[in-house]
Amino acid sequence: MVPLSYYLLLSGILFVCGVLGFLIKRNIITIFMSIELMLNGVNLSFVAFAAHWHALSGQVFVFFVMVVAAAEAAVGLAIIIAVYRTRETLNVDQVNLLKL
Amino acid sequence: MTPNPYLYLWLVPLLPLAGAAINGFFGRRLPKRAITTVALVFCGAAFVMALWLAAGFSAASAPYSSDLAHWIRSGDFQVDFSFYLDQLSLVMLLVVTGVGFLIHIYSVGYMWDDDGYYRFMAYLNLFMFFMLTLVLAKNYLVMFIGWEGVGLASYLLIGFWFTKDSAAAAGKKAFIVNRIGDFGFLIALFLMIQHFGSLDFTHVFAAARSLPTEMAGAGLLTAIGLLLMVGAAGKSAQIPLYVWLPDAMEGPTPVSALIHAATMVTAGVYMVARSSVIFDHAPMAMMVVAIIGTLTALFAATIGIAQTDIKKVLAYSTVSQLGYMFMACGVGAFSAGIFHLMTHAFFKGLLFLAAGSVIHGVGGEQDMRKMGGLRVYMPWTFATMGIATLAIAGIPPLAGFWSKDEILWQAYNASWAYWLIGVITAFITSFYMFRLMYMTFSGEYRGAAASDVHGHDAHAHDDHSHGHGHGEPHESPWVMLGPLVVLALLSVVGGFVGYGNHFEHFLAPVFQVGDVVAREASPEAGKSALEYLLMAVSVGVAGLGWFLAYLLYRRRPQLPARIAASLGGLYQAVSNKYYIDELYAALFVKPLIDGSTTILWHGVDQGVIDAAVNDSADAARHVSDTARHMQSGNLRSYAGWVAAGAAVVIAYMVWMGVR
Repeated sequence: MVPLSYYLLLSGILFVCGVLGFLIKRNIITIFMSIELMLNGVNLSFVAFAAHWHALSGQVFVFFVMVVAAAEAAVGLAIIIAVYRTRETLNVDQVNLLKL
Repeated sequence: MTPNPYLYLWLVPLLPLAGAAINGFFGRRLPKRAITTVALVFCGAAFVMALWLAAGFSAASAPYSSDLAHWIRSGDFQVDFSFYLDQLSLVMLLVVTGVGFLIHIYSVGYMWDDDGYYRFMAYLNLFMFFMLTLVLAKNYLVMFIGWEGVGLASYLLIGFWFTKDSAAAAGKKAFIVNRIGDFGFLIALFLMIQHFGSLDFTHVFAAARSLPTEMAGAGLLTAIGLLLMVGAAGKSAQIPLYVWLPDAMEGPTPVSALIHAATMVTAGVYMVARSSVIFDHAPMAMMVVAIIGTLTALFAATIGIAQTDIKKVLAYSTVSQLGYMFMACGVGAFSAGIFHLMTHAFFKGLLFLAAGSVIHGVGGEQDMRKMGGLRVYMPWTFATMGIATLAIAGIPPLAGFWSKDEILWQAYNASWAYWLIGVITAFITSFYMFRLMYMTFSGEYRGAAASDVHGHDAHAHDDHSHGHGHGEPHESPWVMLGPLVVLALLSVVGGFVGYGNHFEHFLAPVFQVGDVVAREASPEAGKSALEYLLMAVSVGVAGLGWFLAYLLYRRRPQLPARIAASLGGLYQAVSNKYYIDELYAALFVKPLIDGSTTILWHGVDQGVIDAAVNDSADAARHVSDTARHMQSGNLRSYAGWVAAGAAVVIAYMVWMGVR
């Protein structure tokens, strides 16, 4: 059996990849995917703990996270399409109309 | 049944207050005739009230007191608004309202063309209110109200032409110097409250009477007496606080006559006389009063010799005469002091009004060197001023002779030194007064074509705006001459109330204390050959002063300049008032201003108070300036901060092993 620490390490790596991608990337879709990556990194740690402790609550949380992520993806992609239609760009640094 | 005048005592001060209120609030919109009517009627009514009160009053009358309202009630200590009428306050009442009323009339003529006419009349009435409060007070605190109030009125009237720098400065000087005196007065009041538990005259005097006379060493009563004298020296322009009075001549001349000669400046004498019980039990304080008075009399008289401004001569003369009054109080002859106060009010008020008439007549010139020969142009002014001069010089049988002689006699009984200085002062007084007369009225008119008189702005002019040009000197209108004539009459006959010690007997109930009584109880015993000899000496020196003035300023007018030149430094010192103003400026004023500027202003105010406020604001600004860079609006930097923060928290928890 694979020890828990391996899962957690992978989970951490995925999360950090998500954070770095969020911070560094300019393309709005890439940022969006980075967020998904962070969520899924966390999901991985949830299921790992659930398996380790033989507790179902971790798996239930994963479902919640997946639901929220799906809803977010729907709304987020709609916004991205709307932004692209009006601004003709996906670079976040150029989508700064609300900035002071 | 006739109404009882005492019941209306409170009306006496309140009438002028009503006049002041009407003229002060509405005077701007009223025609000048209405202002005049209001001012004269309310002031005249107070005078009539005073006469009515006096009609039923005699030496045997018991003092009358009336409590108008409660003021301070704190445990056992209480002060009420209450008035007190005895022989002493009655004399003051008559002098203040009588002379005050005459000067009100005179002011109508003198100030008619001034833009601030209504203001002037309102201030005069206000002054009357405070002065009457002062003399009618039944306790020291009500007296203090009047005391401060006359100071205020004096300040307002000295600085009446406030657009002129010198007038504004003179008003300020008078006010500040008086504050020094008031400081002493207030501490005396605090001592009374602490030790006697009351400020009421009757209580305080009863308590003081029960204490032993402080023959050797100084105790409570000596302290109170000295502090009261500090207050009196401020108000009545005695050494070392006399410096404000000559400068106060910047005010309009009727003000100089009313406030700075006849009434307000005598408030100190009145206060000392009123506190006679306290002084009687404190011989050391008495001695200080006598010495200050004597020195002031001589000192101010010598300055008067060399002044060329007609009002300045009279101002120093006032200081000198006030010194006589304090000398009298200091040797225990309070009634003689009050007697001189009264006669002085007549003749000095007259001198100032006549001087005002002269200044009016020559178009605002005050320098006597530019006058001369005015007898031809203004005979009435000359005649009345001549009478006043004879009176102040002590020529019998005019008023000044009686009162001055009384003081000198009493002073001789105390010590020959007081008498000697008093006689020397009498000689100098006679000399500078006749010098003034000769320089002003005899010889040729030295004023240049009087139209360019206004060009001499080096001197402090009474520059009330004359509408008409001044070709020749001219006599003043009758509204101004009338008061002169009345005062001249009073200066002639005013002294006779002192004949046969009538005046002393009238005031005796007030001053019935200690050894004064012993001295005054034997009226005729003192009328020895010695007294007549002393009388002859003082008349003699007065005549000598007259003769010297005649010699120098009538017969040989070029001689004074030669004498002055030969005296050199001494003459310079005298004509520059012994450099006392410069000395005070160097000793007190300059250190105070420098200290305030460098330490208080630049040091404390700018360095500490302003700096604390400004620096804390600066610090807040710098911190904010740094912190605002975090809020760049860059989304990724926010995310970076969140990530970094999370990393720090996690690192902390891992490190510390928090579970």
